[in-house]
Amino acid sequence: MSSTTLPLKRRAPIRPARALLHVFLAGTALAWLAPLLWAVYSALRPYSETSTKGYVSWPDKLTFENFTNAFKQSDMLHYFGNTLIIAVPAVLLTLFLSSCVAFYVSRFDFRLNLALLLVFTAGNLLPQQVIITPLYRLYLLTNLPGITASGKLYDSALGLVLIHVAFQSGFCAFVLSNYMRSLPHELTEAALVDGASVWRLYWQITLPLCKPAMAALATLLSIWIYNDFFWALVLISTGENMPITSALNNLSGQYFTDPNLVAAGSLLTAIPTLIVYFALQRQFVNGLTLGSSKG
Amino acid sequence: MTTDTTTKTPEAAAAAPPGPTPEKKRAAQSHRRLLTRRDRITLALMAGVPTILHVALVWVTAIASIFLAFTTWDGIGFDSIKWVGLDNFTQLFNDNPQFWPAVQHNIVWFVVLILIPTPFGLFLAVQLDKKIRFSRVYQTAFFLPVVISMACIGFVWQLVYNPDTGLINSIIGANKPGHYIDWIGDPHLNLWAVLIAASWRHAGYMMILYLAGLKSVDPSLREASALDGANEWQTFKNVIFPTLRPTNTVVLVVTIIEALRAFDLVFVFNKGAQGTELLSILVTNNIIGESSRIGYGSAIAVVLLVISLAVIIPYLIATFRKERRA
Repeated sequence: MSSTTLPLKRRAPIRPARALLHVFLAGTALAWLAPLLWAVYSALRPYSETSTKGYVSWPDKLTFENFTNAFKQSDMLHYFGNTLIIAVPAVLLTLFLSSCVAFYVSRFDFRLNLALLLVFTAGNLLPQQVIITPLYRLYLLTNLPGITASGKLYDSALGLVLIHVAFQSGFCAFVLSNYMRSLPHELTEAALVDGASVWRLYWQITLPLCKPAMAALATLLSIWIYNDFFWALVLISTGENMPITSALNNLSGQYFTDPNLVAAGSLLTAIPTLIVYFALQRQFVNGLTLGSSKG
Repeated sequence: MTTDTTTKTPEAAAAAPPGPTPEKKRAAQSHRRLLTRRDRITLALMAGVPTILHVALVWVTAIASIFLAFTTWDGIGFDSIKWVGLDNFTQLFNDNPQFWPAVQHNIVWFVVLILIPTPFGLFLAVQLDKKIRFSRVYQTAFFLPVVISMACIGFVWQLVYNPDTGLINSIIGANKPGHYIDWIGDPHLNLWAVLIAASWRHAGYMMILYLAGLKSVDPSLREASALDGANEWQTFKNVIFPTLRPTNTVVLVVTIIEALRAFDLVFVFNKGAQGTELLSILVTNNIIGESSRIGYGSAIAVVLLVISLAVIIPYLIATFRKERRA
């Protein structure tokens, strides 16, 4: 970081190049935020006003009415609930299962390790559409009377949880196995010699050491799974069962004549991810780069 | 249906130098001797359950896609599956007016992402890496679109592009009937309009990847090059950029995969109507559209699969070979 050889140069108070850089970065950052700020501005204005005055105009009044209307009229709380039912188990299960695989792959030198990890990693890189047609059929064919409300895997939260876990565990297994491999081998070896069970090696010794990686992945997964649009679009048919992002798609179809309301609705769906991001920014960014730093 | 595991093994074998080092082998054997029966069962479950789930839902379905691509099926009973050989593919390549445009758009998508937002993201990363004040604020601004869902981004950009209420037309006065510039509906414009939104998001993503790459550059390299009298551009070109090679590989792979996966944004925009067709949209339309032509949809998926594997396999071989060596 700071070099001791060039302290004077670093400290120089005003340098024109630096000032120019700040102007450039601030300008670009503002331009970057412009579409979002525009959405906020549109959402704050009543439709009646913009329809007469036009959208690019000085506001007579700014209200949160669109936000409250979008929230109530589209029953957003219900869809947030749907998302929660899908995302929480999906994130936890993905972390649990992928850490199991990672543990197996990184701590034991069995012959299939590399192949196993390859299968997981490659699976996660496939575009979702490659597998969707048979998956859709499979979900329609899987009868689960009494277990899901629809009686099938199709159109159920369980179905979405399963595909999220299956798909995302590829990335997580890869990242976690890299992480676990960097832990000292002596640690588990000593415990093993002392007669600790494999489960104990995993649960009490390895997993606690992986906390930073797990936290980063948890943040990343929550945002990804929350933001999912495609799986829910294809694998859920009843509007009632939709998670928030795909429910928004329905809302916009219904209210396409009132862009201000749609703007408010879409901004509302973004709020949870923004909260997670601002609260756990470091974890999020770490997670994104965990997978790539090794590559 | 674990054939994929075996088809994967040759790559694994090719990737790995023959056998682990003797010392490792010894450690592994001593491991094995220490394991009790119960431990073995635990381990089998720990590796087995996730693998079965992943293979069943991801690889078995991918292979089923390949199989179904050579058949016609109405989806009702298994006995209505009929083998038709290459019919679906010949139809797709010769008679589908949307197929070649979709392939072309996927390529355009990749070319644009790699040529515009990727270098721009790198540029931003280099600037932000200078330890300037407010770096965190700028970073957050550029990165915000990556956090928001693609569907939401689609809605936000519609507010910009809408012909009569959108920001652009309102500013340039093209929002009156007869003067409309239809950014979303015009087949000559809409792909570029979507790509601007996609690039907007992609630049922030690339910036973060490059920032992480830059952080791992040894600072003494910079000092040495400064001592040699290199200017900023020379240092970047000759010293920093070459050390970013691993990051560049990841960036390239991520960008190709993103271009192949592109879906949400276009679907929200105009459902991939005229001008914005993509392979992913064509596959999806076969499922959620009215006509459910399973074999035909699978044939498109197979095209997507083949292109993806052409990227994924070399990348994984390179990655895993390095890992084995490490």
